[in-house]
Amino acid sequence: MSTTFWIIIAGAIATYLTRVGGHLVISRFDHIHPRVEAGLNAVPAAVLTTLVAPAALGAGPAEWAALVVAAVVSLRGGLMAMFLAGAVVLILARQFVG
Amino acid sequence: MSAETLTEKSVASDLWDGVRLSMPVVVAAAPFGLLFGAIAVDNGFSVFEASLMSALIFGGASQMVGIELFGQHVAPWLIVLSIFAVNFRHVLYSAGIGRRIAHWPVIQQALGYFVLTDPQFAVAERKAEAGETVGFAWYMGLGLPVYVLWVIESALGAVFGKLIPDTHALGIDFLLPIYFLGLVMGFRKRPLWLPVVIASAAASIIAYKTVGSPWHVSIGAVAGVLLAVILPPHHSGVEANR
Repeated sequence: MSTTFWIIIAGAIATYLTRVGGHLVISRFDHIHPRVEAGLNAVPAAVLTTLVAPAALGAGPAEWAALVVAAVVSLRGGLMAMFLAGAVVLILARQFVG
Repeated sequence: MSAETLTEKSVASDLWDGVRLSMPVVVAAAPFGLLFGAIAVDNGFSVFEASLMSALIFGGASQMVGIELFGQHVAPWLIVLSIFAVNFRHVLYSAGIGRRIAHWPVIQQALGYFVLTDPQFAVAERKAEAGETVGFAWYMGLGLPVYVLWVIESALGAVFGKLIPDTHALGIDFLLPIYFLGLVMGFRKRPLWLPVVIASAAASIIAYKTVGSPWHVSIGAVAGVLLAVILPPHHSGVEANR
């Protein structure tokens, strides 16, 4: 088998370990401390923010406009509505500011 | 109606509920699947290898990084380490979702963790937050369409990649941040949401400028989670729920 194949297999094992690992560690404890629980509840906002913030900072006016419009729409509409609104603003704005 | 048909019905409707929720994810991920396939072939992967990587790793950002490094002829162990680093955030998802799916049989749990992507975690957490049970049929209804299409798109991208027009004008490179912002906004009712978002944003930006990618994700995430751990429990709302 080629090196590429083994890179893929090893990458897949490493990835699965990250997906099952947190659970395996946490499940060793029968009681979850309230502070740990508070930390776990913060996971979605904490992780997903890191996928947005640096990208937003390094972007330009077109991307910022898209994010602002998407954020405003998300206060009222669903995920699909906010996503489409953001995408439309992004594509339109890029025709002008590139 | 017997109890059995009732259960079968509810399993089927749970499955379809999940499939419906998977649609925005499928749409948002589609350009990246195609793009990944195209870039993979460009960097020396075969169509089979590109599809295999999508089928076994199922993590867009880590696959892109892996391909990029492969194209630069970086040592194999370093490529694998980079894939691990990009995917390290899943450790936190895994710890969080474990509470929601602990009632499943072990084999089902093992499968569930395999499809634990960013949107999978976020949408499942939202369901749990609404006080609903996260069932296996619903969870797989959410995850499987994304998985199957991801693999198909990667293969299509690998075969037809060169035909993708100007990706910048189509905004493809910035669709995922918009989608992730939507997921972040979806959790705004949670206690400590704003402080956590501010802490994670600041820490990830600083880490991005100093340590560099992909570690900014884990560093930023840990900063937000630590803030929630350190702040007194009456702010985090955990004890009030007991």
